Amino acid sequence: MSAPLIAFENVCVEREGAHVLKDVSFSLAPGERLAIVGANGAGKTTLLRAMVGLQPVTAGRIVAFGRERALESDFHEVRLRAAYMFQDADDQLFCPTVVEDVAFGPLNMGLSDDEALARARVTLTSLDLAHLADRLVRRLSGGEKRMVCLAGVLAMNPDVLLLDEPTNSLDAAHVERLVDALMRLDKAMVIVSHDRPVLDTLATRALAMRDGALHPVVLHRHAHTHEHGHIHL
Amino acid sequence: MSLSQAGAHREAGVPLIEALDPRTRLIAAVFLAVAIVSLNGFAAKAGALAFAVALIFMARIDPQLLMRRLAHIEGFMAVLLVLLPLTVEGRALASLGPLSISDRGLERAIHIVLTVNAAAMTALALLGALEPIRLGRAMAALGVSERFVRLVMFIARYQGIFSSEIRRQFDSMRARGFRSSLRRQAFRAYGNLAGMILVRSIERAERVDEAMRCRGFSGRFPLRRVRPMTGADARFALLATIAAIALHALDRLA
Ligand SMILES: Nc1ncnc2c1ncn2[C@@H]1O[C@H](COP(=O)(O)OP(=O)(O)OP(=O)(O)O)[C@@H](O)[C@H]1O
Ligand SMILES: [Mg+2]
Repeated sequence: MSAPLIAFENVCVEREGAHVLKDVSFSLAPGERLAIVGANGAGKTTLLRAMVGLQPVTAGRIVAFGRERALESDFHEVRLRAAYMFQDADDQLFCPTVVEDVAFGPLNMGLSDDEALARARVTLTSLDLAHLADRLVRRLSGGEKRMVCLAGVLAMNPDVLLLDEPTNSLDAAHVERLVDALMRLDKAMVIVSHDRPVLDTLATRALAMRDGALHPVVLHRHAHTHEHGHIHL
Repeated sequence: MSLSQAGAHREAGVPLIEALDPRTRLIAAVFLAVAIVSLNGFAAKAGALAFAVALIFMARIDPQLLMRRLAHIEGFMAVLLVLLPLTVEGRALASLGPLSISDRGLERAIHIVLTVNAAAMTALALLGALEPIRLGRAMAALGVSERFVRLVMFIARYQGIFSSEIRRQFDSMRARGFRSSLRRQAFRAYGNLAGMILVRSIERAERVDEAMRCRGFSGRFPLRRVRPMTGADARFALLATIAAIALHALDRLA
């Protein structure tokens, strides 16, 4: 088995004095689509934030892409390779127009203006969003913003996707488009979601966040009756 | 700008100003601003205003945006415009009880209006459509210290965040039946609003900062490949220089 892309060893996180993550250990293998489920406030978002170094950890080790990561400067590379889609689209989008926002990551990766804008348009087109390219971000609907966030992270062509409730505020057709796009990608990803059917289709493994720790969840695949797996809690 | 306008933009080609390198626009804006504020005579100032209007057309600034921006500036100046004619000593043009409008006061007010509007419209035409990110990169490419560049970008960002927070909170208040008034109850709501906006804006700015870092922003601008200047930049530089010389020549003659 190949080395994990990202691994936590006994990671602890405190927020406002509360122990949100307690000795969390897990790893993400290449090609794996890991589902994280859990109640509101369980610490799922906190876990994703810690993976890219936005959330300071009070104890434990984070190993990502073959190196231990502790400092802000260590995480710069992690963020380019593990693209994080925020739970709230309004927090993520900050450029005036859609195409500029999608081009922001590629620009920081060192592409020229023209290359980055071209990459942004290609990514938008691949998600059937080409018509939104020149729109103002603040005039988009909630679901449109969500899809633009996805385009923003996909445009960075990362090795890992960290998706915090990616299907929130999407209609059935867009959920299907998003799932299709993710299935086609064949990348490792961590998907936080309350949307069981989506996780059944996407996930190859599932963990449940409870009392600040991750617990394995059985993921049945009833291949003999239908294609989808089920998560049993 | 709406979708239809964005579409129309592309059909009609890129506005003249938009074709210029951001560095050219930045230097030209500073250069022309200095040239305009150092004019003395009325004729030259009127000429500067005409030139600024021409630039606005070249940049194809959305008229609504122009009006909004100018309204802000005019609002600031209104106080000055009322006070100057009344307070500056000079021959009285008209009087109303103890107050009289002096000729020199009025003249000075008109001069200020001309200068400020010409400079503001020039800046708006050249920099108005330049997003903070492109402006920041242009400043960094010109060798402006990185700290200063970041400061400018932060101001630009906080300003946007503040106004959008105010709008959101105010919408939420109105959605629950709030109406502006001068009653005590309304003032308590204004107080809460002000406090919330401050806290939320700071938090939101933090999250935007996180979003930028997540997409690889490290506080520096990748500058490896700056697009070279083109003939359009040279032509515009020439135009700006000639305009400045002409305005100053007019100033000497008049
Ligand atoms: N900005 C914050 N400051 C302090 N504590 C916070 C902050 N954000 C969240 N928390 C606390 O941290 C805990 C975990 O929050 P987190 O956002 O990780 O939950 P979550 O599992 O993502 O929940 P949800 O399903 O509602 O998104 C919660 O108890 C929450 O109250
Ligand atoms: Mg969450």
